Amino acid sequence: MHPFTLSTARELDAAAAAHARDSGVMFIAGGTDLMGLMKDHVVEPAHLLDINHLPGLNLTEPTSEGGLRIGALARMSDVAIDMGVRQRAPMISEALLFSASTQLRNMASMGGNLMQRTRCAYFRDVDGTPCNKRSPGSGCSARHGINRNHAIFGWSDACVATHPSDVAVALSALDCTVRVHSPQGVRAVPIGDFYRLPGTTPDKDNILGRGDVIIGLEVPFRREARRSHYLKVRDRQSYEFALVSVAAGLDLDGRTIRSARLAMGGVAHKPWRLTAAEQALAGVNLDDPARLREAIARSFTDARPLEQNVFKAELARRAVLRALQTVGERV
Amino acid sequence: MTDVDRRTFIAGTGVGLAHAAVVTAMPAAAGPTPPDTKTIVQLTVNAKTHTIAVEDRTTLLDALRDQIGLTGTKKGCDRGECGACTVHIDGRRVVSCMTLAVMQSGRSITTIEGIARGAVLHPVQKAFVDHDGFQCGFCTSGQIMSSVALLNEARAGWPSAATENVSAPFSYDQLGVAEVRERLSGNLCRCACYPNIVDAVAVAGREG
Repeated sequence: MHPFTLSTARELDAAAAAHARDSGVMFIAGGTDLMGLMKDHVVEPAHLLDINHLPGLNLTEPTSEGGLRIGALARMSDVAIDMGVRQRAPMISEALLFSASTQLRNMASMGGNLMQRTRCAYFRDVDGTPCNKRSPGSGCSARHGINRNHAIFGWSDACVATHPSDVAVALSALDCTVRVHSPQGVRAVPIGDFYRLPGTTPDKDNILGRGDVIIGLEVPFRREARRSHYLKVRDRQSYEFALVSVAAGLDLDGRTIRSARLAMGGVAHKPWRLTAAEQALAGVNLDDPARLREAIARSFTDARPLEQNVFKAELARRAVLRALQTVGERV
Repeated sequence: MTDVDRRTFIAGTGVGLAHAAVVTAMPAAAGPTPPDTKTIVQLTVNAKTHTIAVEDRTTLLDALRDQIGLTGTKKGCDRGECGACTVHIDGRRVVSCMTLAVMQSGRSITTIEGIARGAVLHPVQKAFVDHDGFQCGFCTSGQIMSSVALLNEARAGWPSAATENVSAPFSYDQLGVAEVRERLSGNLCRCACYPNIVDAVAVAGREG
């Protein structure tokens, strides 16, 4: 790692101000992604601000409206094992439990999870290859390179990378809110607006700027969250990033879908919401696989697989069907 | 020949090498590190406090091995992928290669050297010996530290990705082979001793 200095932040306003002032400053919480990026020389901050001791940001608590409030410094493990999360939004608990290993989940913070960088191998290969996300304007090595793990939706010629977070997919399905502190005050950003598509500026994963600190997440009450599931399909059964993943939640009237919430991971530069399929699923009987497939297909008309990931579109359609059927079996 | 066991011999050699490494360490290729960037940190490891001077970029793993001389914790991938460097911080298992020593003051760190009671092995250590849960042994300290924590987590009711219904309470008797395999997936064994490791954990879990 490049040499850097580290200091401990004790107060949120001072931390945000220091980050706004100096582009050499980065925040460190769990460090599980940042440490790897620094070891691989993908990022070389001059100074780290340890935000782990900022007060009041590590709680997970139920809200009186039936939702959840999750602090940015809560560890992935704490949120995954929380009984309120497991009962009010099992897809969130499952998405966390399907991520990384217990060791890493014990370290990684929820805010840091949202901020983790893509696992595109070219992004992390500093010595070898061009990458517009790492070095803007240098080109995209994956566009016609090894792109089996890459996007099938929303990519641009500048970048075909996917976002690696699992829990962000569940949070997107439930339209959660990211609370962001900045020197100008606190704002609530819908997670659908938090992440960006790559366009011509793939170096920016999300809308945060200098001085912005994620302080928490708000999970609103959703009937569909109670009966929900996170399905992750990957090359090995455990401790691996998703090829495709599905967060699915249903509100049912008997066996008929009253409303559905669906988002996918591993298919785009951000968690990918299946809005057209959600709308088409209303009124469909869970025991009618032909109509389920037809509804799911509505969200795949704009799929654009790359040379090596043509399989992903079909895999994703089947994963969505299986996730819906699994949710349907849950009481 | 003096009566020196393997552990003492290796520990002695390890400390010697560590001192040599400190003396001959060259500045990083990126340029000399200003001497004033060393930070004094107090690390509490296995209930003993060590005061050491480290660069801010020094990982907990490197501080444990090279400065405190506790070389039982192994450096495998150094990227948080293999689990060989697993230790406990405040009772929770973590990978020590992915955190910084300067961030650990005030925390209680336990390494593989700290889990036996004198000459009496921890039940998980004994189970690994009894079930031949290793070949080359490089991953073993990480496997054992992970397994000790795994059993505590299951007793505390933590579910895992192998748990059928996360919304229901998890009870310790649900901890079967599939659960152990899932919960240990962050520890790789390139000798592929997995069946024996899982057996060892299952037995330690029943008897511990």
